[in-house]
This record gives sequence, structure tokens and C-alpha cells, in this order.
Amino acid sequence: MSVNDWITGAVYVLGVVVALWSLVLVIRDELAQDRTFALLATAELVLLVQLVVGCILLAGTDRDVSGVLFVSYLVGIVLALPIGAFWSLAERTRSGTGVLVIAALTVLALEVRLADIWSGGLGA
Amino acid sequence: MRELSSGPGRMLVFVYGVFAVAATGRSAIQLGTEAGNAPFAYTLSLVAAVIYLVATTCLLLGGPSAWRVAVVSCAVELVGVLSVGVLSYVDTELFPDKTVWSHFGQGYAFLPLVLPFLGLAWLRATAPGRATARSVR
Repeated sequence: MSVNDWITGAVYVLGVVVALWSLVLVIRDELAQDRTFALLATAELVLLVQLVVGCILLAGTDRDVSGVLFVSYLVGIVLALPIGAFWSLAERTRSGTGVLVIAALTVLALEVRLADIWSGGLGA
Repeated sequence: MRELSSGPGRMLVFVYGVFAVAATGRSAIQLGTEAGNAPFAYTLSLVAAVIYLVATTCLLLGGPSAWRVAVVSCAVELVGVLSVGVLSYVDTELFPDKTVWSHFGQGYAFLPLVLPFLGLAWLRATAPGRATARSVR
């Protein structure tokens, strides 16, 4: 397995875990605590690594990858969780926790597109 | 009047924000790199982007006038996704490339079709003048 397979796998796993964890909190009507945000930070760290590794791989690849599109997805996916976390923390309610679920789902959706773009499929 | 961006509105703002960024980015790349390929489809992408941006901004701002603009933009969004959805099936030549709204937002898990209904439902619940005795979390 190559580096980007590991990163992609880690993003999928962490994304699903964050989404499910937050969903459980919403269902139980509990607020997200430090542990949840530590998990979010871990996912964010992997996404930042992905941004760096992605740019390096893009520079060295001979694949037919749309550079602008690929980098914009790499950057966009990094922004989703921090914005979601701040937006969620600004209102500590059940809906605020729901924002975390949506942010995690956004990351998963973007990661799917990112993999598509990398493999040369699907246009803009 | 209840804040447009609190409670369920908080989740709605986030989703609208994601779509605003997604549609803006998409139309910017499409129009910037290959505008000639499908001018009609790409212009529609831009229109969708503007609608999402307006809706997101209005939900964030709150207040009676923002509420009114939000209703209009959600209505335009609904008409847009329905008509573009139908048109993309009927007249495939008009759509050599996809837009956010073609095939009823299929490329986006049909969320563009669901979103205007959620938006209008939330705006109905937060209509100016409605009693705010019931607090929604």
C-alpha cells in the first residue's frame, strides 16, 4: 500500500468515527466534550498531512490530474472540521453537536471526490 | 422572532455554507478553465452559487428583511433545481457537462433537491410575527 492509500484509509475511518460518535451524542442529547474534540483534532491532523503529502505527490506525478481542482479539494477538506468545530462551539446545544455530524459527513464526501480526482475520473 | 442561525438553523447554515463554497468553487473552475465547453451549464452553476451565497448570508444575518430575501432565494433555488433537473433529462444537448442542479443534484446525493424544502420549512418556523414561546433547541 502506498502512502496516500494509508492516508485516505485513515481519513475514511476517522471521518466515520467522528460522524457516528457525534450522532450518538445528538441522539442521547449530550454535548460534545474534550474527548470528542481531541478526536476531531486527530482527524484534522491527518487532513493536514494529506494536504502536504497530496501537494508533494501532485508535483511528482505523471498522472492526468487537474492540479487546481485537486489542490482546492485538499484545502477545502482541511477547512471543514475547524469551521464546523467553531460553529458548533458557538452554540452548545443539540443542534450545535449536529453540526459536527454534518462536518464529518462533509469530510467523507470531499474525500470520495478527492480520490476520484486523483484517479483521473470525474471532471469538475 | 427566533434567530435564523440558531437551533436547527445552525445546521442549515453549515450545509448552505458548504454548498455555497462548493458551487462557487465549481463554477469558478469551470468558467475559468473551460468556459467554452458548456456555457449554459456553467452559467447555471454560477447562478446556483450566487443563490447559495445569498441564502447563507441571509440566514447568518437574521432579521425581517434577511428573512424575506432568504424566502425568495430558497424559492428560486427550488424552482431552479426542479427546472434544471427536468431540463437536464429532457434536453441532454444543453448539458454536455454537469451542474450542481442537473439531474436534481444527483452528483451531490440529491441534497440540492432536499435543501430548499428544509430551508423553506425553517423559514416558515421562524417567520416574523410568529410566537416564539416554544423554544426549539
